Amino acid sequence: MRVTQGTFSYLPDFGDDEIAGQIRYCMANGWAVSIEHTDDPHPRNSYWEMWGLPMFDVIDPEIAMTEVRTCRRAFPNRYIKVIGYDRKKGRQTTMLSFMVNRPKEEAGFELERTEGPDRQVRYTIRSRRMAAAAQEF
Amino acid sequence: MATSSTSAKKSRWAAGVTPYAEMGYYNPDYEPKATDILCAFRLVPQETVEPIEAAAAVAGESSTATWTVVWTDRLTPHENYQAKCYRVDPVPGSNQYIAYIAYDLDLFEEGSVANLTSSIIGNVFGFKALKSLRLEDMRIPPHYSKTFQGAPHGIVMEREYLNKFGRPLLGATVKPKLGLSAKNYGRVVYEALRGGLDFTKDDENINSQPFMRWRDRYLFCMEAVNRAMAASGEVKGHYLNVTAGTMEDMYERADFAKQLGSVIVMVDLTIGYTAIQSMSHWARRNGVILHLHRAGHGTYTRQKTHGVNFRVIAKWMRLAGVDHIHAGTVVGKLEGDPNAVRGYYNTLRENTLEADPSQGLYFEQDWASLPAVMPVASGGIHAGQMHQLLHYLGEDVVLQFGGGTIGHPDGIAQGATANRVAVETMIQARNDGRDYLNEGPEILDAAARWSPELRKALDVWRDVTFNFESTDVPDAVATLTV
Repeated sequence: MRVTQGTFSYLPDFGDDEIAGQIRYCMANGWAVSIEHTDDPHPRNSYWEMWGLPMFDVIDPEIAMTEVRTCRRAFPNRYIKVIGYDRKKGRQTTMLSFMVNRPKEEAGFELERTEGPDRQVRYTIRSRRMAAAAQEF
Repeated sequence: MATSSTSAKKSRWAAGVTPYAEMGYYNPDYEPKATDILCAFRLVPQETVEPIEAAAAVAGESSTATWTVVWTDRLTPHENYQAKCYRVDPVPGSNQYIAYIAYDLDLFEEGSVANLTSSIIGNVFGFKALKSLRLEDMRIPPHYSKTFQGAPHGIVMEREYLNKFGRPLLGATVKPKLGLSAKNYGRVVYEALRGGLDFTKDDENINSQPFMRWRDRYLFCMEAVNRAMAASGEVKGHYLNVTAGTMEDMYERADFAKQLGSVIVMVDLTIGYTAIQSMSHWARRNGVILHLHRAGHGTYTRQKTHGVNFRVIAKWMRLAGVDHIHAGTVVGKLEGDPNAVRGYYNTLRENTLEADPSQGLYFEQDWASLPAVMPVASGGIHAGQMHQLLHYLGEDVVLQFGGGTIGHPDGIAQGATANRVAVETMIQARNDGRDYLNEGPEILDAAARWSPELRKALDVWRDVTFNFESTDVPDAVATLTV
């Protein structure tokens, strides 16, 4: 299973040069680059953990790359993404968001169905990884 | 319309027929107010009718006038309520004229596209004195646009909701359009979404027919959507078409779609402007994205000399409040000159626009932060055109590959994967600063070396093009060079 969130998940995993290329593009557009990581890649998980603040004033892609490498070393088995953020009026949102690290084994998701009347089904999607972690405690 | 025998000078208020131009509907000295709604009409007068009189007649009949003088005008400050044609330009090399007409804000009910359109196009298009008439563009001032809610979500909110950034969204319309049972239909949805598309779509004429009733379709489609979400970890959606014969039926279907957890529903343009506004309010109230299929628009938008230009429909729909609207592909199977389509896309997505004759934009337009509408490109497009699609249509667009997904020789999911690989590789190349428009075929070939899905898609479709002359091209090229 491969979580395909992010702008480039259907391409082979990016090497450092490719990551740096996209960071350069973000900075050339004046976007703040930031890094986020998580154990829970649920499609509705909007708030991954922030790896520090967005790098608002950084214009050197190499500085951001150093942060990417440090974050990867700290969390080698987590999902990590790089984000480009545009503060421009009327936009004020993420412009690019792509994965730069994945767990070695992607556990995927469980689809739970609760059957109701009139053939209706309620669906719940659970991260297997989170379920496994909860059992360990 | 005044005939020549009655146009001898008479008092403005004498009973009988007075030329419209002499009744105040033509005023070359009028300076439009910031609050006026402005219109540009393309008109072809009958041979015996002066262009200025024809233009004044359009102003008159789309505001206060009737064919003869009425004394009851004198009970009103009629100068205020009269529309004023303030400029008439001949279109070089043709029998056409562009008439610019200003309408006072008080002529229109707040927040009603139905009222706006009844006023502007309600009464003039069958006018005998004109051979033909086309509404080319409108300037809608913030004083009026702020009486509408606009898109229930808009591009930014939709992207944050879907958690999808930095690339065009991908969709497909389920084919065949008619005849699939609900279970077979859901199969197409599942395969296309798990293969990599963000959305699938009911076609405009999929409502609730004997071979597949709406409720059954909704149930199977939502099973498909949820399976694909669990398989990919992405938010996925299927545009459930709620178009029906009455508002009550539409609300029932939309409520059911919401209850099943669908992120999006759709309506057809054929339901009418008021029904669209009602569904827009429903969509905002219920947090469901609203997609609009522009079914039927070609009957009145396509011919250059008669009807309503699509850019005007786009403006009305931005007011009425939809999140998606089909707006042309440039390279696909349906009508659309590249410059004109660029004008439609900018009209839907930008906050402020300058007048730009090359895009057919006659006026500046300030949307005053009314949310942007996501244009949708659909009809005869495929992965082999990805560089052109990105160049012409940009990033904030839904690219819908129906045949270009479902017709893939290895299967629907493989077709979806081919499209997703193509779009992601093209975005990467663009962001890396490559000349992706010219190097597009090589960029795709490079990805096809590791993606068998894309390889097959390119082999089947690469040479498919739809090169026909557009029936509707902005005048600007001709006008600017003479």
